[in-house]
Amino acid sequence: MIETASLLAVLPELILTGSGLVLMLIAAFGGDRSTHAVNWLAVLALLAAGLSLCTSMAHGPVAFDGLVRADAFSVYAKALIYGAAGAAILLAPRFFAAGGALRPEYAVLIVFAAIGMGMMVSAGDMLTLYVGLEMNSLASYVLASFMRQDEKSSEAGLKYFVLGSLASGILLYGISLLYGFTGSTAFDGIAIAMGDGVSKGELFGLVFVLAGLAFKISAVPFHMWTPDVYEGAPTPVTAFFGSAPKVAAMGLMVRVAIEALGPAGLDWQQIIIFVALASILFGAVAAIGQTSIKRLMAYSSINNVGFALVGLAAGTPAGVAATMSYMAIYVVMTIGAFACILQMRDADGKPVDTIASLAGLSQSRKGLSAAFAIFMFSMAGIPPLFGFWAKFLVFDAAVAANLTALAAFGIAMSVIGAFYYLKIIKTIYFDEPAAPYEAKGGAVENIIMAACAIVIVFGYLLNPLLDKASAAAAASLF
Amino acid sequence: MIGLQHYMVVSAILFVMGVLGIFINRKNVIIILMAIELILLSVNINLVAFSAFLGDLVGQVFSMFVLTVAAGEAAIGLAILVIYFRGRGTIAVDDVNRMKG
Repeated sequence: MIETASLLAVLPELILTGSGLVLMLIAAFGGDRSTHAVNWLAVLALLAAGLSLCTSMAHGPVAFDGLVRADAFSVYAKALIYGAAGAAILLAPRFFAAGGALRPEYAVLIVFAAIGMGMMVSAGDMLTLYVGLEMNSLASYVLASFMRQDEKSSEAGLKYFVLGSLASGILLYGISLLYGFTGSTAFDGIAIAMGDGVSKGELFGLVFVLAGLAFKISAVPFHMWTPDVYEGAPTPVTAFFGSAPKVAAMGLMVRVAIEALGPAGLDWQQIIIFVALASILFGAVAAIGQTSIKRLMAYSSINNVGFALVGLAAGTPAGVAATMSYMAIYVVMTIGAFACILQMRDADGKPVDTIASLAGLSQSRKGLSAAFAIFMFSMAGIPPLFGFWAKFLVFDAAVAANLTALAAFGIAMSVIGAFYYLKIIKTIYFDEPAAPYEAKGGAVENIIMAACAIVIVFGYLLNPLLDKASAAAAASLF
Repeated sequence: MIGLQHYMVVSAILFVMGVLGIFINRKNVIIILMAIELILLSVNINLVAFSAFLGDLVGQVFSMFVLTVAAGEAAIGLAILVIYFRGRGTIAVDDVNRMKG
């Protein structure tokens, strides 16, 4: 017998599942004409799911005998995920209309991915974790190859599928080892079994699980799929990949590391430190020679994930809160930056993605150039923009946890990272103008771009709110 | 007597074969799909063996979920492969190179 309280705790997922199935029927019967209706209904469904988050926490924190958690952490992550998913739907129609692939399935797939991501961040058991992760991944593989006629898009889908399945396999192998050596798949059961010392088998399981999750957040050394998938996938899909799944996978990693593997903290801390250092270094250095802005954003996301992991490496409540704040700010920056990138269309309305085509943009599109500059400065971590605060929080937590060397290295590397962000701004403002873009951007794109820019510029006013939410989210894990 | 460690060794061998199958294979993408299945099945052997050893049913339930998801994954993988083949006319691994990386 399933209790009502458990059902109410997963109300956001129930709403999304129901509306996802209905939308799929509308898409099947309505055909391509129903695209706009399906898009807006999907956004409404995400909004409704977001609103139902308020009630779901009251019935938590444990639902379905511990399989699912509905705590402050999951609510925080889900709010970000639903917001980013909604933005990814709203940004899409114009891009797909230009490519002749305006199909209603796009929004349906994003809704299904959002259900999977919601399950990921509220998993309390390896089983829920795996099913949530696969639900997100399977929808993502299809999204990556959404432009079926485009060779790059189908190649991106193929690469993402092969490497993503490999990651799931590695993760599963780790789960099976953890299950065998601890006798449980529940996070708290694993933590209890690890409490009396970590055996060799448990250590192997831990490494495999972390490797599988590192794949999903595209941390070095498991990043090789990221640049190709980011470049090949349609730009709105890239915007989606860069935002919502990153939050979900990072949330999952934090939860697994703290709740399930907490007693093995000293063991995973070394792994996380190495992964964070390698991601920051590689993301900063490899981005320099890129000519495609989508590839550059891929390396930038690797770099950012490294910074976010610095907070987790600290392993303290303050560190986890910093990681979650970092992800919130990162999502806003990414969505904003992609709202700009989506406006990169030549005079005929065809999308372009070379950095060279941005040259002299400031002379023809003042608003777009200013927004670009704001997001790039913010990603480079230049105060007073919000991106600086994100970096400050994680370094602060790392120093407080005696990881001063890691923080110092991160700060040094963020200078290298600043080089390529500033190079884009230099191209926009100081280079000889290239062929001009389309004279005007879409209304929705402009609204999302402006909203993100306002958050990034005046973000400090939101700080009391963000700090409180992140601290509550982190506190619910310890 | 066949004990738990024998199952674990078989499972580990299959897992390594699956991973090598993805990385060493230079011929075609279908073989990669088979290698992925091999990895998932090696995990299932592990789960069922542990489940029997521990006298705990969770492992067997888990392996059912893995089988189900593996079926969905294979379907999506083949679907993506079909649209890829339509666009390019080949499924050789060395030709998957429109983008460097």
